[in-house]
Amino acid sequence: MDILPILSTLRRHKVTAFLVILEIALTCAIVCNAVFLIIQRVDRIHMPSGVAEHELVQIQLADTGAKADEYARAQEDLAALRQIPGVTQVASVRQVPFGMSSNNAGIRLDPDQNKPTLDAATYFGENVIDAFGTRLVAGRNLRPDDYRRLDMVAEGVRTKNLKLFPNTVVITRAVGERLWPGQDPLGRTLYLGKAPLQVVGVLAELVRPQIEDDSAALFSLVIPIQLGGGQYVIRSAPGDRERVLKAALEKLRQNDPHRIVVQKRTVDELRESFFQNDRAMAGLLIGVCVALLVVTALGIVGLGSFWVAQRRRMIGVRRALGATRHDILHYFQTENFLLATIGIAFGMVLAYGINLFLMLHYELPRLPAVYFPIGAVVLWLIGQIAVLGPAMRAAAVPPVVATRSV
Amino acid sequence: MFSYYLDLALRSLRRNKALTALMVVAIALGIGASMTMLTVLHVLSGDPLPGKSQTLFYPQLDPRDKADYEAGAEPPRQVTWIDGMNLLRARRADRQALMTGGAVPIQPAQSSVDPFFSDARYTTADFFPMFDTPFRYGRGWSEADDDARSRVVVITSELNDKLFGGRDSTGQILRMKDTAFRIIGVLGDWRPNPHFYDLNMGDYSGLESVFLPLSASRDLHLPLNGSRSCWGDGGSDEAHFETASCVWLQFWVQINEPAKVADYRNFLVRYSQEQQALGRFQRSPNVRLSGLMQWLDVNKVVPSDVRLQTWLALGFLLVCLVNTVGLMLAKFLRRSGELGVRRALGASRQAVFGQLLVESAVIGLAGGVFGLLLAFVGLWLVRRQPSDYAALAHMDLTMLGATFAAAIAASLCAGLLPAWRACQITPALQLKSQ
Repeated sequence: MDILPILSTLRRHKVTAFLVILEIALTCAIVCNAVFLIIQRVDRIHMPSGVAEHELVQIQLADTGAKADEYARAQEDLAALRQIPGVTQVASVRQVPFGMSSNNAGIRLDPDQNKPTLDAATYFGENVIDAFGTRLVAGRNLRPDDYRRLDMVAEGVRTKNLKLFPNTVVITRAVGERLWPGQDPLGRTLYLGKAPLQVVGVLAELVRPQIEDDSAALFSLVIPIQLGGGQYVIRSAPGDRERVLKAALEKLRQNDPHRIVVQKRTVDELRESFFQNDRAMAGLLIGVCVALLVVTALGIVGLGSFWVAQRRRMIGVRRALGATRHDILHYFQTENFLLATIGIAFGMVLAYGINLFLMLHYELPRLPAVYFPIGAVVLWLIGQIAVLGPAMRAAAVPPVVATRSV
Repeated sequence: MFSYYLDLALRSLRRNKALTALMVVAIALGIGASMTMLTVLHVLSGDPLPGKSQTLFYPQLDPRDKADYEAGAEPPRQVTWIDGMNLLRARRADRQALMTGGAVPIQPAQSSVDPFFSDARYTTADFFPMFDTPFRYGRGWSEADDDARSRVVVITSELNDKLFGGRDSTGQILRMKDTAFRIIGVLGDWRPNPHFYDLNMGDYSGLESVFLPLSASRDLHLPLNGSRSCWGDGGSDEAHFETASCVWLQFWVQINEPAKVADYRNFLVRYSQEQQALGRFQRSPNVRLSGLMQWLDVNKVVPSDVRLQTWLALGFLLVCLVNTVGLMLAKFLRRSGELGVRRALGASRQAVFGQLLVESAVIGLAGGVFGLLLAFVGLWLVRRQPSDYAALAHMDLTMLGATFAAAIAASLCAGLLPAWRACQITPALQLKSQ
């Protein structure tokens, strides 16, 4: 196909051609970055939690009045919950994955270290690991003799008595890799404040309740501390959850009626609400991408139609001089391809620029190079589809037009 | 002349309905999307207390130990009990209030309403006059109530409606955690956005339902809510927070005269030096005193997603405009012949320019009107989103005017280039080629 005549025609429509190129470039740049953002959000939404999400319900109670012995009551609660048919595991907890409310602690490798090596979520409570259904990949689970009561631990903090603290901890693989890269964390000691904790087990994954930084999402510890707070996680088959939840609320009410249910929800619901903003953002980005591509395509259709109408006589002359319909069709397709290519080239530079801006202000990673060829192909395709209609209309212009004046 | 141009414009637009529709829809989509997002941004970055915010300041001190020390790093965003009480009692500002969030079990007297948990704010007396809270009934409590650890409570009108059917409930008893509190005030319509005085509760969270003296809340060990950060041997339980090395309270001051702000900052430095001399503070004085609006910036209250969405919408508007400019240009140039004849018959360049501009303005106006409708639809969609700021997304008069101005400006911009380009036509050349 001869490109020179196309270029010379375009030179006569510099401004219009420039506008088409600009539109394609902007669309290309925005869509590339938007798709990148969408994929990141979708990845985030599917972040692994490491727990048996479909099997867990969380119940949180609060006392309306002065409380009796919380710790004894917690044991009664746990025993009562275990008796519910269909319940496979029960744990007392203080926080749950994706629960938003979180206790965190700075972890040190040396008690005198100035800055903590990392910040991790601290899960307390009895039977947390089995109830959550997290996978232990090394070492052992926490044992009854590992446990200390939370009020005693608090007492230990106040009186600086390290003996009241637990001595053991189970960590996630992510924590192990950060603290001791490439080494076996089992048997090693980490420090929570001044308190030494020996790593006795390693979990595959356990997500934090609240995620400030996605790269630290799996930094969690399970510390053997007994709780009295009245917050429980119950595990059952997914289909039993509703019935189990109802029975559990009844049991807990019987145990101590002077309590209010503050939370009762499944971990599926927690995940759902945890990522709702990401989902809304991804939806919005998809909407904008589609709208952009449609507007651009319609713009090309509109402009193509104009050019075809404007060049009817020229087309007629060419047809009369022997050009086939196919030649005419091809002419407009090549013209569009040329404009799209120039637009895409500018668009790539612009996309890179926008990505730099986003990296600077929104802590986004660099746009992977694979987006460039994919973006180019998509825009080429859209351009070709959009121009097909006007080009076919052009090809249908009969040669006899050439003989008519105006 | 104008009505004639208008007639010409309408005729020309009617001749090519699909294209006209395309141009109008493109402008409308662009305007609709960007005005929706700009409205959300405008609402979210608004002043929670207009007329009062410039007198409110949030002091920060650095009471931490030497661990993690980094020169010039930001001090903690809350204060300890000891520092909060010291600053409160020093009374160096025109007004000051120390506060924290919590949750209380409310036990209604009526057996028809089950006990329920409600968000609470434990604060000191100046909270109400300092933040200009409106009262429907009664008033706030006094410093004497703070000192006497009085069991008094201020409730929101929402809770008043729920428990007392909207009647004046002052003097009535509200039972919370087995303790009788006397209602002394019912707040009027008040929902500061953002929830500036304690951003740990969610930047755009609603108002707490009950407000009671901080001293009373500590007596009764009412449950706390919000953020706490401890160092050294901190990490105590809530019952012993008064002595723990933890920050968990917010402290606000009102300074009426701008000249006195520097004095207050000096006071904070002196206070830090004293505490350092006493051995309580281990770091050299590191204080901040942010104004209310500055404090919102420091906390990056406007969600970054909203900013990103605004950029996206503006980018979309740009593409829509380029699209419209291109189409309009093609359309005007196609009429070169007609314009050539008009010029040859004596129409001045300005006249032709005016005529074309009227045509583009008609498109812009139509696009603007549709865009405005789309912005209302867009805001409705935003309100249906799950975010905590969603409910706030409403069009106000400023943004309504801005939307309209933006629509006209955008369409004129879109019309200027094509119109100018089209009147550059040399009439003779056009006539010859016919």
